[in-house]
Amino acid sequence: MDKYIWLIPVLPLIGFVINGLGRNLLPKAVIGLIGTLLVFAAFGISIATFSQIHETGKAINVTLFQWINAGAMKIPFAFLVDQLSAIMLLIITGVGTLIHLYSAGYMSHDEGFGKFFAYLNLFVFFMLLLVMGSNYVIMFIGWEGVGLCSYLLIGFWYTNPDYADAAKKAFIMNRIGDLGFLLAIFVMVNVFGSASYNVIFAKVKMLEPGFWVITVITLLLFVGATGKSAQIPLFTWLPDAMAGPTPVSALIHAATMVTAGIYMIARSNALFSFAPVTMDIIAYIGLATALFAALIALTQTDIKKVLAYSTVSQLGYMFLGLGVGAFTGGFFHVITHAFFKALLFLGAGSVIHAMSGDQDMRNMGGLWKKVPITAWTMLIGTIAIAGIPPFSGFFSKDEILAHTYEHSKWMYGVGVLTAMLTSFYMFRLVFLTFFGKFRGTHEQEHHLHESPASMTIPLIVLAILSMVGGLIGVPHVLGGHHELAHFLKPVFDNPSLHNKVEELPASTEFMLMGLSVGVAVLALIYAWVKYVKNKHVPVRDGEERSLLATLSYNKFYVDELYDFLIRKPLDTASNFLYLVVDKMGIDGIVNAFGSAPLESSKGLRLLQSGNVGFYIFIMVIGVIAVLAYSLGLTDILHK
Amino acid sequence: MEKFFNIVQSVPLNHYILLSCILFSIGVIGVLTRRNAIVIFMSVELMLNAVNLLLAVFSVFRNDPSGQVFVFFVMALAAAEVAVGLAIIVMVYRNTSSIDINVLNKLKW
Amino acid sequence: MSIFYFIAFLSILFAVLVITAKNPVHSVLYLILTFFTITIHYILLNAQFLAIVNFIVYMGAIMVLFLFVLMLLNLNVESEPVKSNIVKFAGVIGGCCLLATLFGTLKLAATSSPVVLQDQGLGLVKNLGKVLFKEFLLPFEISSILLLSAMVGAVLLAKRERQPDGKVF
Repeated sequence: MDKYIWLIPVLPLIGFVINGLGRNLLPKAVIGLIGTLLVFAAFGISIATFSQIHETGKAINVTLFQWINAGAMKIPFAFLVDQLSAIMLLIITGVGTLIHLYSAGYMSHDEGFGKFFAYLNLFVFFMLLLVMGSNYVIMFIGWEGVGLCSYLLIGFWYTNPDYADAAKKAFIMNRIGDLGFLLAIFVMVNVFGSASYNVIFAKVKMLEPGFWVITVITLLLFVGATGKSAQIPLFTWLPDAMAGPTPVSALIHAATMVTAGIYMIARSNALFSFAPVTMDIIAYIGLATALFAALIALTQTDIKKVLAYSTVSQLGYMFLGLGVGAFTGGFFHVITHAFFKALLFLGAGSVIHAMSGDQDMRNMGGLWKKVPITAWTMLIGTIAIAGIPPFSGFFSKDEILAHTYEHSKWMYGVGVLTAMLTSFYMFRLVFLTFFGKFRGTHEQEHHLHESPASMTIPLIVLAILSMVGGLIGVPHVLGGHHELAHFLKPVFDNPSLHNKVEELPASTEFMLMGLSVGVAVLALIYAWVKYVKNKHVPVRDGEERSLLATLSYNKFYVDELYDFLIRKPLDTASNFLYLVVDKMGIDGIVNAFGSAPLESSKGLRLLQSGNVGFYIFIMVIGVIAVLAYSLGLTDILHK
Repeated sequence: MEKFFNIVQSVPLNHYILLSCILFSIGVIGVLTRRNAIVIFMSVELMLNAVNLLLAVFSVFRNDPSGQVFVFFVMALAAAEVAVGLAIIVMVYRNTSSIDINVLNKLKW
Repeated sequence: MSIFYFIAFLSILFAVLVITAKNPVHSVLYLILTFFTITIHYILLNAQFLAIVNFIVYMGAIMVLFLFVLMLLNLNVESEPVKSNIVKFAGVIGGCCLLATLFGTLKLAATSSPVVLQDQGLGLVKNLGKVLFKEFLLPFEISSILLLSAMVGAVLLAKRERQPDGKVF
């Protein structure tokens, strides 16, 4: 298997080249087929790789070639596939295949069909590179590459200036995080002399825990993670990224790319476990993001925006899990989240497809009968994300919450509150969309239809995965074996990360589960009463809202705050630099060099009056000067 | 005759040089202050003569006839110069009806 | 001895008059007088040949040429536009500066030994002729070419040109 591992990223790359070059030549069916099949082939190899690792329990390490040889620094182009990256491979290629299939239906009427598939394939290539690299530099290539693809795909309909702006926003916000990652790599190369995981993790173990250099490195890495995984303070790009086509939102901005930050921290667990300060910061930021995004999601009316904030919130959950030391739990949530969030996004896409592009939930309602498959699958996804057993979200969320309880009681309280909010806004979405009466125009109502098979099949597959996905991590207290934890044990084999939850008494654990399920169900009932029984519909723009709702609806004015705190001063500074330093200073100096001869020659020109008398006068003065010098007047002065 | 020349003998060389310098400077001042081309020309002649005088004095002082030969050459040159110079002035006058040197400001082009 | 200073005073006086006279014709006449005093200086130095040449060539030929031109151009009136005082002042200052510079260097040289005529026959035609035709033969011949070319040039320049419209200017 080791020999063919390089094929996994190369197959999508081939797809990118073929689709990119042939985007205007090949028929749409061929493009869709190539793009989907190549990713599917990569999925096949990934399964084989996964099963091999599952059997042997050994990581696969393949060096393709020496890449950078600069003095003592040697960076090989090598792949490392261990338990962690094997799971990521499965998610990326598996969910990727489904979303490619879905895109073939969703984008069938779009002019940029070929371009879209080329970008999508390129994204898969970079994402695979990110998770397969055996050192931070290759991870960084993938990291930058997925950022680029994200930019290209958010701005896919670039003729709309708002979409283009959203793409730029995502790119710039990501750049801020990327800078942190890059600096972290520099520090690591400087300190450890290498960027390879094996070398660094081996050397770290010889250091004291809490050593400041480790803290610096991990903080910088975390800055990179906040950018890519949309955490406070760099989260505002993700909701705007919904400007891209819905399959992009599902693949990049829900299932894979945004989890790159979690993957990176999970991969670097050896470093992070040596930096307790950073771990605390990660936990706080994750918790804050989870709560904050959930609060915003409560009042959003755009179906994709709700899902976007939900994604930010769930990512916050994952970081919370990492921060409290539940690496397995956090990563478990990545897996389940990939299933149900991709499902929800694709479902939303299907709804939007049915609604002829309208994304406002206030115009929907009563779609249950019209799009039954979409409705059923989305309901499954919603139950999964709300954390109601036995669907997948329950297990992963519960594991994180249990670890949080172990870590700190009040953080657990906030976590549960967030879980309740999550349950509420997700059921609000479902009830507003599928229940009640249709609130859109007649034209839309007439047009309502279920999506084609290429779109519903991925929905069904993902729905099944959302239902049963949690079974890979059933905790002991429920009679399971937590297969995932055993599988990942070699990766998270770290004395400081031992599972404290298992020490909790079973009764406590049952109580925690009961509490989180209880609040989720409570929120579900409240949403039912409010949106189905009382037929409440969110108010239109311009109508009165309560203060809190206004704050939430306007995203707590975070964008405006950033605008005021960062953009305005930067603009002022730039203007100052432009107008004063550049225009007057630098340009002034350069122009002065030009105008000085011009101006002085304007003055000197007057000497050339053509007046002979004047010339003679000047000549006499010159003669006097020469005489004075040569006849020894200098000697007089010396005397 | 012998006695007549002895008058000169007690004149210091310095005074001759002084005289020449004064005459030369007067010539320069004439060139600078006058606008009539012919007067300027005459001032130049004055300067030439001041130099001639000095050459002759040095010739006597050093007992070297070369100095006086030089004066001879200067005179020949002055004659040629005056001939050409005056011809130019005549030409200028024909073209501009003036010998004011301030009118001759076409040199800047 | 005092005769030298008297003649020197006259030289300077006439020279000043040359450049201050309003009428160009007066200037020429004063210049002739100046040259005459210089001729006397030559005689005092027993430079007989130079004295005679100066008398004949300068006073006789060159100055007459000046007078001719002045009269030819009918410039004997005070037609000269007056230069502004500032220019005159600047000119005088410039000349005085030159004089001061020359004086300064003269002071530096500080040779105040008297001029002694060692050889009575130094400035005689006989002696100078020998030098001129022995050591300075080539320059002498070249100066003849100079005079010839100056003559040709002068004639060419002063010749009346025929204008394109046939009018003689």
